[in-house]
Amino acid sequence: MKYKHTTLALMLAAAGLATGAAHAQEKVVIGFVTDMSSLYSDVEGKGGATAIQMAIDDFGGKALGQPIELLTADHQNKADIAASKAREWIDTQGATMIFGGTNSGTALATAKVAQEKKRVYMNNGAGSSALTNEACTPYTVHYGYDTVALAKGTGGALVDEGFKTWFFLTADYAFGHALEKDTSAVVEAKGGKVLGAVRHPLNASDFSSFLLQAQSSKAQVLGLANAGGDTINSVKAAKEFGIDKTMKVAGLLVFLSDIHSLGLKNVGGLLHTTSWYWDKDDASRKFGEKYFAKMKRMPTDVQAADYSATMTYLKAVAAVKTTDADKVMEYMKKTPINDFYAKNGIIRPDGRMVHEMYLVEAKQPSESKKPWDYLKIVKKLPGDSVFTTKADSKCALWK
Amino acid sequence: MEFFGISLPGLLSQLLLGLVNGSFYAILSLGLAVIFGLLNVINFAHGALFMMGAVITWMAMNYFGINYWVMLVVAPLVVGVFGVLIERLLLRWIYKLDHLYGLLLTLGLTLLIEGVFRSVYGVSGLGYDTPDLLSGGTNLGFMFLPNYRAWVVVASISVCLATWFVIEKTKLGAYLRAGTENPRLVEAFGVNVPVMVTLTYAFGAALAAFAGVLSAPVYQVSPLMGQNMIIVVFAVVVIGGMGSIMGSILTGLGLGVIEGFTKVFYPEASSTVVFVIMVIVLLIRPAGLFGKEN
Repeated sequence: MKYKHTTLALMLAAAGLATGAAHAQEKVVIGFVTDMSSLYSDVEGKGGATAIQMAIDDFGGKALGQPIELLTADHQNKADIAASKAREWIDTQGATMIFGGTNSGTALATAKVAQEKKRVYMNNGAGSSALTNEACTPYTVHYGYDTVALAKGTGGALVDEGFKTWFFLTADYAFGHALEKDTSAVVEAKGGKVLGAVRHPLNASDFSSFLLQAQSSKAQVLGLANAGGDTINSVKAAKEFGIDKTMKVAGLLVFLSDIHSLGLKNVGGLLHTTSWYWDKDDASRKFGEKYFAKMKRMPTDVQAADYSATMTYLKAVAAVKTTDADKVMEYMKKTPINDFYAKNGIIRPDGRMVHEMYLVEAKQPSESKKPWDYLKIVKKLPGDSVFTTKADSKCALWK
Repeated sequence: MEFFGISLPGLLSQLLLGLVNGSFYAILSLGLAVIFGLLNVINFAHGALFMMGAVITWMAMNYFGINYWVMLVVAPLVVGVFGVLIERLLLRWIYKLDHLYGLLLTLGLTLLIEGVFRSVYGVSGLGYDTPDLLSGGTNLGFMFLPNYRAWVVVASISVCLATWFVIEKTKLGAYLRAGTENPRLVEAFGVNVPVMVTLTYAFGAALAAFAGVLSAPVYQVSPLMGQNMIIVVFAVVVIGGMGSIMGSILTGLGLGVIEGFTKVFYPEASSTVVFVIMVIVLLIRPAGLFGKEN
């Protein structure tokens, strides 16, 4: 008799769980996994989570009649941690969208999980163009920048100025390789020549040895195909060893947080490409100041993109009245994005969000008039001119 | 003249750069060796103490305008006092336990210290300018050597040798070494062993901070700088032999040079070469190159 009761109770509980799960599917749960503690955490990290939360709050905090939930985790730059976190959130917390963060290795791994589980996957922090090229999926939206855009932006501009011979200092993982490959292609297509490259381990502390190898190549340009802390230490060492006197140092991926950390005295004149800058127009300044009030730092372009991408996703969910990934993706791909971050941004069939990019130069200390006044925009780069073209794309979804 | 496609000047410059990095390894592994020798504690907090040396130097400059040369003395003192607190309040209680507890305790401390600094300063790091006296560089013919890097080698090798001299050749050192062998007997001769132990830990901490001050103008001062360094330094200590003073100095410098050459011939492996050597040494000489088998 007792046994029977237990069975009944279990069945009731199971039924309750089942209905709970059905409800949970309509609740918007965003899972954000990025580098929260290591070399890229100033680029996105907690600031990225803050930007996403700001978007959720500005949206009203609710979608489909239920509170929007944000889950965050630190992937410690390990692809396996990132992927298992995404899987756990989808399986046990009902995550409807996975927000992948900095580090391309982790991004490629989480994108795969999202595809397998049919969840929307958005990413701003990672650079590898493979996300919307060889490794494109129907659920990926690569929103901010990518290595192709950086290569065409900075690489193209320098070769046009007559800097024809290049040597790369490359971070030895997916992102660094992609950036080196994409920039080499741009340099060579424009008649330049790549004289060599040296690949350093991620998060290396001493760059002097690599820099001397670069110097002995006699190339005109030292292309830094790395990011975050690695770029900072390379620029610093290049200055110390007088390499900036014989070679033009080009940061292929430089974030505002790097410039802030190095100081204009060390990076004044550094040419690079960015997807957004807080002082570019009124709407951007407004967002920048709002963010500054919370974080006491100006947002990087990645953090601004985090806000914009979250808004885009939430608007799509509200419009199609479901969290079903196929329907949300369909809506997002046909709806242009217009906000402080992007003007007429379009999500292409390969998942690439195409928008204007900016060739910028770090100001000299004398030109900087206020705190965080670091960049001047040299050239606006129309999205079509910098992102992968249909002819170059290897994405099967865009053929 | 070329060796395996690299010119002789190229090799010489890499040798020199290897020595610079080796100097940091030497001074850090020396501190670890001294602490392990007397306390039998595997001091995982060493990287955090190194970082504190650098961050305190940065703070002194930015908040109080105190220059590099003063901090070269003050930062190790401050961190040394911090070391006294760690030893008196925490480590003292676990000497009777297995080594593993010391390792866990100091690892926990590291996470705490790094976490505090990370939440205040972020991870991108803070810039620290080279002191005016040492800015610029010298053209050696085969390379341009920043004066500051030359100073790092000179300063750290001097400090290492002085430490070696004190421990191996003076009466104070004799007490220390005797205390390591048989603390009870030494105490019976009227030597205050607990104080000696406290001071030894403080000295090890001060050495780490000294290396931190030296590194401030070279690397970006960041809460994570110790983390990057400490794992390699542990490998250095294992290769040199736990508790061997001269062994840790020589191994530190030697491995810096080997790592430097790896950066030329196969850069991708430069972060792992030290560990490969560690594995080989452990297989052939488990006590390390300079360690004594018990």
